[in-house]
Amino acid sequence: MNSTSTQFVPSRRMGLCEPMPQVGMWNDYKENNCMHTSQPVILEVDSRFDNQSEDTSHGTVGPSNKYDQEENKPVDKVMRRLAQNREAARKCRLRKKAYVQQLENSKLRLMQLEQELERARHQGSYIGGGLDTGQLGYSGTTNPGIATFEMEYGHWVEEQNKKIADLRNALYSDIGDVELGIFVDGGMRHYFDLFAMKATAARADVFYLMSGTWKTSAEHFLSWIGGFRPSELLKVLMPHLEPLTEQRRLELSNLRQSCQQAEDALSQGLEKLHQILSETVADGQLGEGNYLPQISAAMEKLEAMVRFVGQADHLRQETLLQISRNLTTRQTARGLLALGEYFQRLRALSSLWASRPRGSA
Amino acid sequence: MHYQTESWNSYLPTKPPTTDSLQLILRLAAENAVVIFSKSTCCMCHSIKRLFSGMGVNATVYELDEDPREKEMEKALIRLLGSSSAVPVVFIGGKLVGAMDRVMASHINGTLVPLLKEAGAIWL
Repeated sequence: MNSTSTQFVPSRRMGLCEPMPQVGMWNDYKENNCMHTSQPVILEVDSRFDNQSEDTSHGTVGPSNKYDQEENKPVDKVMRRLAQNREAARKCRLRKKAYVQQLENSKLRLMQLEQELERARHQGSYIGGGLDTGQLGYSGTTNPGIATFEMEYGHWVEEQNKKIADLRNALYSDIGDVELGIFVDGGMRHYFDLFAMKATAARADVFYLMSGTWKTSAEHFLSWIGGFRPSELLKVLMPHLEPLTEQRRLELSNLRQSCQQAEDALSQGLEKLHQILSETVADGQLGEGNYLPQISAAMEKLEAMVRFVGQADHLRQETLLQISRNLTTRQTARGLLALGEYFQRLRALSSLWASRPRGSA
Repeated sequence: MHYQTESWNSYLPTKPPTTDSLQLILRLAAENAVVIFSKSTCCMCHSIKRLFSGMGVNATVYELDEDPREKEMEKALIRLLGSSSAVPVVFIGGKLVGAMDRVMASHINGTLVPLLKEAGAIWL
């Protein structure tokens, strides 16, 4: 009797949920948050079979034939079974939802870890020895805004490498200025995209952005307020923009001077912030153990950091725009290529430095 | 708590910036070639002051936090700029140039120096 009823039940139960193996997994997820499968699946399903056979053997007074058993069940038992099915289906759906959510989280975590690893490879190890991501990893991994930025920046660099290669090919091929202009526009806009990404990241954690851990070591060493120094950029580019008319050369020279003045102004403002922050934190009686007012006051000052990083990127953007205004398409293309390769070289330098043979540890 | 109440005050419904306070700003702005509205504690204001002094410009600076008319001037400037921070704001030759963004951009695109020359703030 038991064997015949167990044959009959599975198909009805299974119609409500997904096929068996996945059902087992969701059950496991609900019970102990892991995703081991086979054994528990069988147990779970078996216990249901046992319940079912218990049901059928309990309340019936009719003939022992399986067909008769199904048709002669009292109505309330049928209703009860339907309700149980609905409940099981509902729980099944909830478990599936939770499982999918867990998958999504794992996927995000995996991407973060990959990014950290990539970054750690670029940076090498300052502490000496292996790539201990626990020491290199900044708190960025616990901040979703920063995790997003790290991932997007990784893509940005890949895209940048492609753009540089395309630009190089375009410059050394026969294409006309209009087509070349498309590559130039794309290249400029790619930098502007980076500035926009940085603005979002600055709101998430401006210190992270300033610390430069997202850049390679050589890039960070040469950077100014979270990125390249515009006047230095002009110095790097100038030789590659030749031949230049005297007029153009003068304009670019003036531009470089303006950049320097703007950079000095921002640097001095940042120094003032440094000083004010120090004073704010040190204010009052040090040693009393009550420092909430000083910390609260300092928080306000820190907000100013976001503005400085924003102004620095704004200066970079304006400089790039101004350079392109003064030059022909072809000159701008050469400039962008030179700029792009300059940073590629810095990144390569960082990798090489990181992988240099160390002396005896 | 002191700082907290200070900032709350500016959000409470008080008198809106009157045309008087705007007139005040514009009048002060017209009195000198280069006028900077600033606050002594604001570091971005420090930057902008440094920029002009680095160019040899002798700007007239109004530190709002040292002026009794601070609140109304602040409101008028916020209204004028349409931004959340009142300072720094720069006027050249009585005309509004803007906040740090605009000043930087105009310096880079070469329009700032002619403006300063026109207002008699620099020579050569």
